[in-house]
Amino acid sequence: MTLLVLPAVLFILALFVYPFLYGLWLSFRPNGGGGLANYAKFFADPFLYTTITKTLMLAVPVTVLNVVVSIPVALRVRLMRHQRLLTTILVVPITLGTVLVSEGLLTYLGPRGWVNRVLLDLGLIGTPVRLLHNYWGVFLSLVITGFPFTFLLTLSYLTGIDPALENAAAVLGAPARERFKRVLLPLLIPGLTITLALSFVQAFSVFPSAILLGEPAGATRVISIAAYTAAFEQYDYSLASAIAMLMAGIQVIIVLALLAARGLIYSGPAASGKG
Amino acid sequence: MAIASRDFRALRLDHISRCFGTLNALKDVTLSVERGEFIALLGPSGCGKSTALNCIAGLLDLSGGAIWLDEQRIDNLGPERRGFGMVFQNYALFPHMTVRRNIAFGLVTQHRPKAEISRRVDEALTLVRLTAQAEKLPGQISGGQQQRVAIARAIVVEPPLVLMDEPLSNLDAKLRLEMRAEIRRIHNSLGCASIYVTHDQEEALSLADRIVVMREGEMRHVGCPEELYARPAHADVAEFMGYRNLVRSRVEAAGNTLTVSIAGARLSGTPMEAVNGDALVAIRPEDLTPAGDAPIAATVDAAEYRGREFYGFARTADGTELYFRSERRVTAGDAIRLGAPPERVLIYAAGDAP
Repeated sequence: MTLLVLPAVLFILALFVYPFLYGLWLSFRPNGGGGLANYAKFFADPFLYTTITKTLMLAVPVTVLNVVVSIPVALRVRLMRHQRLLTTILVVPITLGTVLVSEGLLTYLGPRGWVNRVLLDLGLIGTPVRLLHNYWGVFLSLVITGFPFTFLLTLSYLTGIDPALENAAAVLGAPARERFKRVLLPLLIPGLTITLALSFVQAFSVFPSAILLGEPAGATRVISIAAYTAAFEQYDYSLASAIAMLMAGIQVIIVLALLAARGLIYSGPAASGKG
Repeated sequence: MAIASRDFRALRLDHISRCFGTLNALKDVTLSVERGEFIALLGPSGCGKSTALNCIAGLLDLSGGAIWLDEQRIDNLGPERRGFGMVFQNYALFPHMTVRRNIAFGLVTQHRPKAEISRRVDEALTLVRLTAQAEKLPGQISGGQQQRVAIARAIVVEPPLVLMDEPLSNLDAKLRLEMRAEIRRIHNSLGCASIYVTHDQEEALSLADRIVVMREGEMRHVGCPEELYARPAHADVAEFMGYRNLVRSRVEAAGNTLTVSIAGARLSGTPMEAVNGDALVAIRPEDLTPAGDAPIAATVDAAEYRGREFYGFARTADGTELYFRSERRVTAGDAIRLGAPPERVLIYAAGDAP
């Protein structure tokens, strides 16, 4: 029976472990200098090392915003009757992919796009707001493509909590706010941690929208652009591998930090099991 | 803050009803529950008993009618403002809190002083005999213990009314008997009123001061256990209360007792409602026994020994099936004569056949 996992193991070895280890090895074989030359170069060049903060400046607020907004929306949606329809609509941006969404946003958020036209016609602004080719263009696109994902995850974690628990808290005198704080939120923490981690990893590896909607030479020069430039414009695969390793390292550190923080708060089960 | 005080006199359900779409789950139920009373809502699944309980708790809104606690109307209050205690079928213990914190939940909600919470939780733990498990999580204790935590959590706030929704249905037979006695003991020591939902007639008979039999959203009979057992108001209630022999018949002669015919034999019985002509005769298997001069001739189809006595199944010449009890051994194929005392033969109008 254990042989049945063999295809999956081979798959992972061939498509994940081997490229990863090869990349790691490559990153220590720079075009010139010692073994750590690529890493030294990265942290010496502000054009390179500032990509880390620029990416974090996008990924962290977007992730937090998506998760924080997902919770109240999911709380409301779980009581709705046409939940299936809504979730289907929300899945669409995920399936379309970031490139198509970015293309759409280019016209939608542009100076003559719907958003600015409506705001101008309503007299809320005097001149068109600049929403493209800067930080906010990328931010908005990450929210639009990331929100359905965080929302659907949050919704599924929330509906996994036995509704009788909330009823029990209500009968025991807890008003809605307290039921959320003392019962739902603690039980959601494990799921929210996973949601935060996955959403963060997704946002941290932003690439197409940072180029199409952002300012790829300035404010939204994210770390994946740096890796791309190194690999395909400078043909320095070794440096590109080093940047990819740094990307992975940062993601792992953040995810581990999230999981550690969860462990401090709560680690029990989400449903009351029978003894 | 809970509005209800412990010294209430009565909870009144005033023509309450509840619809789910086109389904009338609860139809025009009127009932008064006095302080100290133990009421069982009894009925088959889908009869509206849990709906009634959830309406009283405030977890479901009423479609019509009103609920009163003495002079205060409470059906417009949310569940958190009624101050009742409730024990759920699956216990609904908070899995992330210890037994102690689960029980303390309602007191913390009321912002009681720490010392008082700790004292009252200790008392509740003693009452349900769980002091040793106080620091465990619900997942680490047995089903019976979880059930007692659920009871302790509901009663520690000293509610005027404790609502229980089939609290014993997830337990095994032995534990169920123990917990039944425990629930009655706790009820007696608290002096609150309890409303207990069950589909198990034995549970209702042994626990309750008064039983409300429900069927299809309606109250069919309200009475004390003895009355319900001996004199059910309707044929469908009789069937639910263990009158396994329900035989269609005709009234032959009226008088102090009615005489009906079963399989050609004449049998005297007690009318439970106005009956003319077509009737439905209800007899418990334990009241129908063989005797040499008994009126109904039948042949034994099957019999089983239940220790001390036999329970059997017989058929008359015209095919009527009868369940009976016998102190002597009977075996399949035996010809017997069956009869029952007139006060144990209940006669209903055939109109409300279940």
